Amino acid sequence: MEKFTRLTGVAAPLPMVNVDTDMIIPKQFLKTIQRTGLGRNLFDEMRYDDDGNENPDFVLNKPAYREAKILVAGANFGCGSSREHAPWALLDFGIRCVIAPSFADIFYNNCFKNGILPIVLPQEEVDKLLDDAERGANATITVDLEKQEISGPDGGTIPFEVDPFRKHCLLNGLDDIGLTMEKVDRIEAFEKAYAARAPWAA
Amino acid sequence: MPQPKTLYDKIWDAHLVHEDPDGTSLLYIDRHLVHEVTSPQAFEGLRMAGRRVRCPEKTVAVPDHNVPTDIRRAERIEDEMSRIQVEALRANAREFGIELYDVDDVRQGIVHIIGPEQGWTQPGMTIVCGDSHTATHGAFGALAHGIGTSEVEHVLATQTLIQKKSKNMKVEVRGSLPLGVTAKDIVLSIIGRTGTAGGNGHVIEYCGEAIRELSMEGRMTVCNMAIEGGARAGLIAPDEKTFAYVKGRPHAPKGEDWEKAVAYWRTLFTDEGAHFDKVVVLDASEIEPVVTWGTSPEDVLPITGVVPHPDEFEGGKREAARRSLEYMGLEPGTPLRDIEIDTVFIGSCSNARIEDLREVAKVMEGRKVKEGLRAMVVPGSGLVRAQAEEEGIAQKLIEAGFDWRMAGCSMCLGMNPDQLAPGERCASTSNRNFEGRQGRGGRTHLLSPAMAAAAAITGRLTDVRELMSS
Repeated sequence: MEKFTRLTGVAAPLPMVNVDTDMIIPKQFLKTIQRTGLGRNLFDEMRYDDDGNENPDFVLNKPAYREAKILVAGANFGCGSSREHAPWALLDFGIRCVIAPSFADIFYNNCFKNGILPIVLPQEEVDKLLDDAERGANATITVDLEKQEISGPDGGTIPFEVDPFRKHCLLNGLDDIGLTMEKVDRIEAFEKAYAARAPWAA
Repeated sequence: MPQPKTLYDKIWDAHLVHEDPDGTSLLYIDRHLVHEVTSPQAFEGLRMAGRRVRCPEKTVAVPDHNVPTDIRRAERIEDEMSRIQVEALRANAREFGIELYDVDDVRQGIVHIIGPEQGWTQPGMTIVCGDSHTATHGAFGALAHGIGTSEVEHVLATQTLIQKKSKNMKVEVRGSLPLGVTAKDIVLSIIGRTGTAGGNGHVIEYCGEAIRELSMEGRMTVCNMAIEGGARAGLIAPDEKTFAYVKGRPHAPKGEDWEKAVAYWRTLFTDEGAHFDKVVVLDASEIEPVVTWGTSPEDVLPITGVVPHPDEFEGGKREAARRSLEYMGLEPGTPLRDIEIDTVFIGSCSNARIEDLREVAKVMEGRKVKEGLRAMVVPGSGLVRAQAEEEGIAQKLIEAGFDWRMAGCSMCLGMNPDQLAPGERCASTSNRNFEGRQGRGGRTHLLSPAMAAAAAITGRLTDVRELMSS
């Protein structure tokens, strides 16, 4: 996993609530057996018309946002399916940070496994960032994970919360499986005790 | 006296391998269900790292999401990408020593239907799957939730998950359900009340008389949609109905183990005085047959209602409602019962079990699918299909005008050829009405199997109670 330390880039505004994972990446693109290549189809049904032409009104098709690295969105972002193809598509497009008033649990979790930082902020802070983001390419935002701070184009800063363990993993690009493998003796001890306690399940 | 615990607390504690001071925990996973869409990258990850599956005997694989539902599918899957995914699952199951219910196996079906059916799902277990509707298994008092592909790989490699404990939420449904009201109406009504984010960060325990009175099938329908209410997992405390359902299934405990297991399962309930962070109470007598009108599962109204106006909502939901109505092609003020449909889909991990098909057959008794309507039944598993054929349900439904399909996820998410065309309107027993969910431009109204049958008869959204009294 790529480390996440400090990210500076254009923020794209997507002021919709309940953006679901079917919107982020529709099912026809889940048939891949790879993690890469999904960026083209990120937000496919909003981004392209029925003939596959770009919809010029959709935010990521506008010249200012084609290189966006940050997405600012409405509440309950990422609701719906557990498909990790959603964060894969965001990542493949180049988005490494999503800011919203709230996230659906599984999506939120999946982001951290892919070097994407989801940030929860109060609605009024999100509204402010949405305003900043509307200014397009002139509105680069910097997200500093170490300091847990977002700096807007006007120099103001917004602090944010993040789970310390997840922060540590992102900052260092740590692989969860590797970390858990270090605890293999504990897993073995658990399995032994469990087999005695619940033989039908073990 | 020990601290009173919720059911969730008890299952969590029984599976805790390790806990860091900040609460980051390593949780042991009893059963891992794997399907073709969210697993290929996980197996590839194992291969690249030279890792094995830690407990293949606790893992089971089944293709369900993109398998076609036509009778000849075992010979060949036409769609190349789908075929590659199904073949990849087959090869991975073989390479890593995992039991597979393949496309031509009568035990094949939707992963959340075959788990309980084969007895993999048992009370008190932790169960995961790379699919958000894993919540279904909570109906047995198992802690079950969806995970992403990275976590699928993590569970394959370590049989554990890194987790932080969720909060406890209680949803109590008091009293008994009125006639014509089913488990689907309960869970949709709950989501209508709490919203799709109402359960975020929580595990929901469903309880109360109306829940206790549900069959295991009905309880699975309720827990299935915990995720639509924002909760990762839903739970119902196991009871005699649960034990009776599990007993004798292929992977259920046997002999002495059975006795031990049941003795333990009887301890799986929320202690008197245990703390819930959030409590919601519904009165069953006030629940009506419901349908969704929009593109979020929280857009729920009784069938007696009218399409709402966006101005009835506040904040971001107002714009969302406007967008929903435009997508759905609906005018505010239209009675829901006047909405004409093109298609009826009976299937999905919400409602494709035998009891659901019996419900449909009951409403269809002596009646036909309206001419010109496309109506399909996709049983949840090969075994459900076989049972329905044995009970004569299949024949009745075919005679009534239904297309009788092979098992799979099918039009619930339209990854296989079963899809809606743009603008096509569907009365669906599935669990999501998102834009494009059942096919690009397709319009979905979620409802119960009985309500879907009623819609099939009249060609419009219909109050099933009217057909019951006639």
